[in-house]
Amino acid sequence: MKRSLVLALALAAALPITASAHKQWLVPSVTVVAGEGERWVTVDAAVSNDLFYPDFVPVKLDNISVIAPDGSVGKPENGATLKTRSVFDVNLAQQGTYRIANVNEGLSARWGERRAPGSKPPADPKASGSLRSVTVEELPTKIPAGAKNVEITETLSRIETFITNGEPTPVKPTGKGLELVPSTHPNDLFAGEEARFQLQLDGKPAADLEVLIVRGATRYRNAQDEIRVTSDANGEFSVTWPEPGMYWLQARAQDKNTSVKEANARRLSYVATLEVLPQ
Amino acid sequence: MRVTLTIALSGLLAVPAYAAEFDVDVQIPQMRVAEYHRPYVAVWIEGADNKAAANLAVWYQDKDTKEGHGTKWLPDLRQWWRRSGRTLDLPVDGVTGPTRPAGEHALNFDAADPRLAKLAPGQYTLVVEAVREVGGRELLKIPFTWPATAPQSGKAQGKTELGAVALTITP
Repeated sequence: MKRSLVLALALAAALPITASAHKQWLVPSVTVVAGEGERWVTVDAAVSNDLFYPDFVPVKLDNISVIAPDGSVGKPENGATLKTRSVFDVNLAQQGTYRIANVNEGLSARWGERRAPGSKPPADPKASGSLRSVTVEELPTKIPAGAKNVEITETLSRIETFITNGEPTPVKPTGKGLELVPSTHPNDLFAGEEARFQLQLDGKPAADLEVLIVRGATRYRNAQDEIRVTSDANGEFSVTWPEPGMYWLQARAQDKNTSVKEANARRLSYVATLEVLPQ
Repeated sequence: MRVTLTIALSGLLAVPAYAAEFDVDVQIPQMRVAEYHRPYVAVWIEGADNKAAANLAVWYQDKDTKEGHGTKWLPDLRQWWRRSGRTLDLPVDGVTGPTRPAGEHALNFDAADPRLAKLAPGQYTLVVEAVREVGGRELLKIPFTWPATAPQSGKAQGKTELGAVALTITP
């Protein structure tokens, strides 16, 4: 039991680099609020198949940061990690837009024979292996000496959502990794209206990336109703929200711009949860 | 003497021409519901660009409750909040006031009211939005031209949270 949870957590941490269908998300109880001094909002954080119903594993709270309108960085409050989801509170003491983000950086490694699924087991099982969430320092000790075909991949993922108290303030790009730079404010989205965004990779426009958008409440319909759009030459794309709801937006990229010289490739992923209000 | 009197009279007659009136009637319907709370209501003027050009009235609970200050639910006036509310420093003199009971509410404005006087000539829309705690939300619009050169009137009939809403402009 405990082992399966540990495995699940490891999987969750490693998720952005797997081709898993599971979706990671942060869902605030409300995205547009008004209040001075204290204005508490509760947030769910989970990895699931159905949007937005926790049915797999919780998101770990360790790397979740709460970026206030003035740029100061806070941590989740009253956090708890349950079996299938984590929950935490955010106090929107300032006026403006809060960004709540789970940013994960890491290295993964694999070596040895690449076997096709269903093929015979290798002659020497110890000659192949893989590691997740490994540090640069651990690489020489954890990868067996003389391992062949070593592939080290750097991963950088950002899962985020936005909440605005009062008047929206601009969401500024961090310039690191894959991220969404809004032209239409993420807390100013309405059904039937077009919203424009730009994808940036390390602060530069990310062209020709596919963006996958799925509205929540998937349990109550018979199709995913996915929206797929591709960023243009300037990294921009637009979407007209077909109906109100909480939407899950994902983009992925890969390149060779690793920050660690040991890594051969870098995989990036971005997820945002966006609320679209009725007219 | 007679000349003076004529001048005086014509002066009197001329007065209404400068005192154009802008009257809004808002009906809050009676509800047969288990739990009733008076609605939050916003009445404002939108330009052709959909931007708020003037706030005429906002009725909400401007005090602390067990569940927080009354401003907590202002974003539920979804369009008003987006077009104007979120940029305001509340309360606003002459605009915000307490919630009102079911019934007819007449709002009378003078054309000299700075909110109307500053409107550039053009097409506008009167917007009335109402939202009720554990109830619904409704938004009605009545278009008009400003400044009015001839009498104008418009009506909109709500179905749920609002009753009849009428606009009468007397130049």
